[in-house]
Amino acid sequence: MKKGRGTEGSRLRKKGKLIVVEGIDGSGKTTQLHLLDQWLRSVGVSVFLTEWNSSDVVKEITSKGKKKALLTPTTFSLLHATDFADRYERNISPLLEAGYFVLADRYSYTAFARDIVRGCNPAWVRKVYSFAVVPDVAFYFRVPPDVGMARILEGRPKLKYYEAGMDLNLSNDEYESYRIFQSRIVDQYESMVRKDGLVVIDGTLDIEEQQELMRSRVRRLMPRSEVLQEPAIA
Amino acid sequence: MTEVASHPLRFYGEGIAYLKKVDTKGTLIVVEGPDGAGRSTQIEMITSKLEADGHAVITTGLKRSELIGAGILEAKHKLPLGKKTLALFYAADFADQLEHKVIPALHAGYVVLADRYIYTLMARSSVRGIGRAWSHDLFGFAIKPDLVFYLDVPPVELFHRTFQKYGVLDYYESGADIGLSDDLFESFVLYQKGIAREFRLMEAKYGIVRVDGSRPVPEVNAELQKRIDAYLGGLRG
Repeated sequence: MKKGRGTEGSRLRKKGKLIVVEGIDGSGKTTQLHLLDQWLRSVGVSVFLTEWNSSDVVKEITSKGKKKALLTPTTFSLLHATDFADRYERNISPLLEAGYFVLADRYSYTAFARDIVRGCNPAWVRKVYSFAVVPDVAFYFRVPPDVGMARILEGRPKLKYYEAGMDLNLSNDEYESYRIFQSRIVDQYESMVRKDGLVVIDGTLDIEEQQELMRSRVRRLMPRSEVLQEPAIA
Repeated sequence: MTEVASHPLRFYGEGIAYLKKVDTKGTLIVVEGPDGAGRSTQIEMITSKLEADGHAVITTGLKRSELIGAGILEAKHKLPLGKKTLALFYAADFADQLEHKVIPALHAGYVVLADRYIYTLMARSSVRGIGRAWSHDLFGFAIKPDLVFYLDVPPVELFHRTFQKYGVLDYYESGADIGLSDDLFESFVLYQKGIAREFRLMEAKYGIVRVDGSRPVPEVNAELQKRIDAYLGGLRG
C-alpha cells in the first residue's frame, strides 16, 4: 500500500498489523470482521477490535449535536476525527507498537468518503487524518447501494437523520435521501480502490466465501507458527 | 458613516467549500495572549468604544460554543485526552462557532472581536509536539482575520497576575499535562515561554501584531484602539 502523506503515522514503531474493513451500511463488513476476529483469537493471535465513532469521550457530545441537527459538515468531520484520534492515541497506536493485530471496523476511508460527500474539501480531510498509519490491509466490501439498503431496512425501519444524509437536502423523503447518499458514498469508495489500494471483496457472495477470501489475505500477515496451527474453516 | 463594500471571505487554506454566503461586510479582530494578559479587559474597552462609535460588535472566544464547549471541560476532568484528540476537539469547537456565529456576523457587517483564535490552539499543539504544518493544514477552513493582536506579558508576571486573581493555576495553562517540571511555578514559566516562542514564530506568517501587555491597562488600550481606528477608518476611505 502507498504511504500516506502523514509524517506522524510513519513515525510509529509498528510491530503489529492493522486490518481495516470498509463499505456502506449493510455491506456485511462487521459480520466479516467478527468472523476474522474469532479466527485470529482461536489461533492465539492478540487481537484488538475498534469501531468507528465509539469513543466514550466524544460520544456524548456528538450525539447531543446530532440530536439538535446543528452540525455543519466541518464540525461533523472534526468530531469524527476527534473520536478517531482518541481511539488512535489510546488504543490503536500503542497496541500496534505492542504487536497486536488491530481490527478496525471503518478507518479514515470512511471519513474520506462521508465528509467529501457532505461537501468538505477532499485535500483538507486527508490532511486532517494524515497522522493515521496506513493499514496493512483495508478490505472494501462492495455491494450495490440497493442491496445494502435492503439489508439495513430489514431489521431497522427507522433511519436516523445523519445516517440518511438528511443534512444534505438531497430529498425530503428519508429513504430516497438515504439511497442517494449511499450511492454517492459508493462512488467515493470506488475512487479509493485504486488510489488507496483497497482490497475489494464482493459483498454479495456467501458469507463463508467472503470470509475465506479475507483469511487467505490475512494469513500473509501472520507469523509462520500461527499459520501452521490454523484450523480448517468450518 | 459610509457603507463598507462587501468582499469575499479569505481563508487560510481550502476554506469551506459548501458555504453559500461567503461575502463579508464586517471586520474580524483577534486579541490573543495568555491567561492574565488582560484580553477580556481590553475586549470590553474596545467593545464600548466601537459601540459608542456606532459599530455593531459581537465577541467570541474559544470553548464557548453551545454545542461542544461544556463537553471539552467535562472531558478534561474525566480522563486525560491525547494531544491530537485535544487539538481536534478544540478545532471542532472552533469550527462550530466560526460557522454559526462568526461568519453570519461578518456577513451582516458586525465587528467581531475574537478572544483568542486559531493561533493559541496551534501554539498549544506545537509545544505538545504536534507538527506546525499539520496544525496549519487543520485550520485550512479558518478565516483570515483583519487584525490580530498578541498581548505579550512576561511569564513571571503572568504567574503573579494569575495567582492574585484566581489563587490557583490552570492545569493545562501550566503545561502540567506535559511534565515539564515537578515544580508548578517552573512548569508554568517554561510552558508560557514555550507558548510565547510559538507566537513569535507565527508573527510574520500570520501577520500578528505584538503589543506590550505589561504596561498599564489604559496605555495598552490606547495602542490597540489607535490601530483599530486606523484600520476601520481606512476601510471607509
